[in-house]
Amino acid sequence: MTVTGAAPVRPASVTAEGWGWRHGGRRDPAVQGLDLRIAPGERVLLLGASGSGKSTLLHGLAGVLGGDDDGEATGRLIVDGQPAAASRGRSGLVLQDPDAQLIMARLGDDVAFGLENLGVPRFGIWPRVVDALDAVGLDLPLDHSTAQLSGGQRQRLALAGVIAMRPGLILLDEPTANLDPAGVLEVRDAVARVADETGATLIVIEHRVSAWLPVVDRVVVLGQGGGLLADGRPAEVLVQRATDLRAAGVWLPDDVPWHAPQPDVASRHPLLVADGLDVARVPGMPVLRSVDVQVDAGSILAVTGPNGVGKSTLGLTLAGLLRPERGHLAPHAALAAGLVGEPWRWRSRDLLSRIGTVFQSPEHQFLAGSVRDELEVGPRALRLPADERRARTDELLSALRLDRLAAANPFTLSGGEKRRLSVATVLATRPRMLVLDEPTFGQDANTWRELARLIVALRDEGVGVVAVTHDETFVDAIADRRLDISRTMTEAAR
Amino acid sequence: MSIAAVRPGLPLADVNPVAKIAATVPLSIVLILTLDAVSATVAILCEVAVFTAAGLGSLLWSRRTLVVWIAAPLTGISMVLYGAPSGATLWEFGVIHVTEGSVQIGLATMARVIAIALPAVVLFLSIDPTDLADGLAQTLRLPARFVLGALAALRLVGSSIDDWRTLTLARRARGIADHGAIRRGLGQAFALLVLAIRRGSVLATAMEARGFGAPVERTWARTAHFGRAEWAVIGVGCLVAAVAATAAVLAGTWNVVWT
Repeated sequence: MTVTGAAPVRPASVTAEGWGWRHGGRRDPAVQGLDLRIAPGERVLLLGASGSGKSTLLHGLAGVLGGDDDGEATGRLIVDGQPAAASRGRSGLVLQDPDAQLIMARLGDDVAFGLENLGVPRFGIWPRVVDALDAVGLDLPLDHSTAQLSGGQRQRLALAGVIAMRPGLILLDEPTANLDPAGVLEVRDAVARVADETGATLIVIEHRVSAWLPVVDRVVVLGQGGGLLADGRPAEVLVQRATDLRAAGVWLPDDVPWHAPQPDVASRHPLLVADGLDVARVPGMPVLRSVDVQVDAGSILAVTGPNGVGKSTLGLTLAGLLRPERGHLAPHAALAAGLVGEPWRWRSRDLLSRIGTVFQSPEHQFLAGSVRDELEVGPRALRLPADERRARTDELLSALRLDRLAAANPFTLSGGEKRRLSVATVLATRPRMLVLDEPTFGQDANTWRELARLIVALRDEGVGVVAVTHDETFVDAIADRRLDISRTMTEAAR
Repeated sequence: MSIAAVRPGLPLADVNPVAKIAATVPLSIVLILTLDAVSATVAILCEVAVFTAAGLGSLLWSRRTLVVWIAAPLTGISMVLYGAPSGATLWEFGVIHVTEGSVQIGLATMARVIAIALPAVVLFLSIDPTDLADGLAQTLRLPARFVLGALAALRLVGSSIDDWRTLTLARRARGIADHGAIRRGLGQAFALLVLAIRRGSVLATAMEARGFGAPVERTWARTAHFGRAEWAVIGVGCLVAAVAATAAVLAGTWNVVWT
């Protein structure tokens, strides 16, 4: 057993020669004519606009793109002299979603899974499991339940599962995009330690580059057409190609894509006041107690705090979707518009023009088969006349640049488009208050700026906005006030 | 939240799940062969005694077995009301004939449902899904791809429960939760299915990236042993079945269904 945890491995080389891949059922290839050479032990940050095929390249290197039924390959993709598809076990892949890659119910079993698949004899498995967990700094019992891990711990577990297989090539596909700031550092440090100890070749995709700069020694930027936009040492590429990178949505260090102008404080007035609120997603199991908060028209309130503290549940309660366990939630006349009682008692239809909610995952709120129908769901429920419905829908389609997609199925949109559509569906019924759950999760700098502009425009029209978020840039540059749940239950004015 | 939660520390938790399932088979066969109250009642008494002695008494009387105690009388009552009439008629109303014979059949049915379902529920609650997968693949030699795929899918059930809750809230937020509960429920079920498939395909990619399905002989990190404890559990199962059958024969109520 090695003292350092992860045993050294033979780092892999990567070669792409005119490589391309077209997903089955798509007209255009995701990657085309790519030529790239990565030496053993290099640590590469892979950048590019969304749709430039970064993930496809990583999946190709991991050998999980599938066979001829799943798509069509051109050129060659080589890992250590072997076709990538045939060199499973030489590479290990960690994906973006921390929830989706837990395989087994117990920590140790999850790490052992890959070793079993590679046919490692039983006596060899457990020492390697312990070493891998040690290397990523997960100091928990082997029978610890994986369901109880935080997002950062889950990503470190996925990393442990990969490095236990001792791959010469470690592939990370936006491993920290869904994590809170503490989780980002946790995972980044684990990756850095593993790379140092094993010497493996590393390729990581991430929009927010600042956290990863200390770890990588090369930046490769994929162009939209398939070739390379830039390639070189991080310091040079990030400085010389800053404009191109920004245009591609890359989040350069210390960049703030957009600063909101100051709000008009004079027109501010209260919409909803919570007093001693206990909130629960499952009745009888409060996750957060005694919250006092006020939502004002024409103001953006950011609700922050670590994962699992109950921020989302608070948001859903303020939105009138969950019944508070205790305390009062008093709407002012400007919000209630003639209704009495607390928002959770209001009818579903009555919420539409009063409080809109944008869920963390847009898929949860899609109801229709096309983007246009999706936008009409709310206006229809409000029984607006057909011409009014069409007018509102057309206006939103063009304002949010969704008009080309009017006939597309919402589930087939890209991540940024889905997010824009989910916001648009809520705006179609013109609510006076808006609750957004992690509006900037997983967005690149361009889609981030679009969303921020949209939210601030609503604020300036007098909408009261509540944004549950981990995003410190959003809090600093966009929000007017912050309610930090980890520190205190009372809000402080900025 | 996950239904595949680990339940360590329960008695019999270390016993190979295949043995636990096998142990319930002999009694089930006996109780399906005969339709009488004595065999089933004796079986219930034996089960209560065995589970209590094994330290599973708290599970036996917990809320998790409540469904058995509720479902069994319901099936019994339906046999009383609609079972084949025989003997003196006690009450009659339309197609309902309550006779001495149907009351007997009703009682016997109720007891049989309890006798078969109770051990199944209690033993299953003491089974960890991972151990079951190990047992099925290593002891019964079922294909690893199939067993591990099913195990991974089980983990998604927990996510689906959370998804369902969120989908319900989202429908209220979209303004369509006031009317048409049935139609909305169907639409929501379809949305849940779509989400489950998407999660499933990401999980499949993650598993494949970890070498799942690679063309090498798969090894197992955990041993699914099958030794003295397992044979003892199966032996107890056979014993309970034998006691129930013997009691019915001695009492003269043994009554094979097809005679």
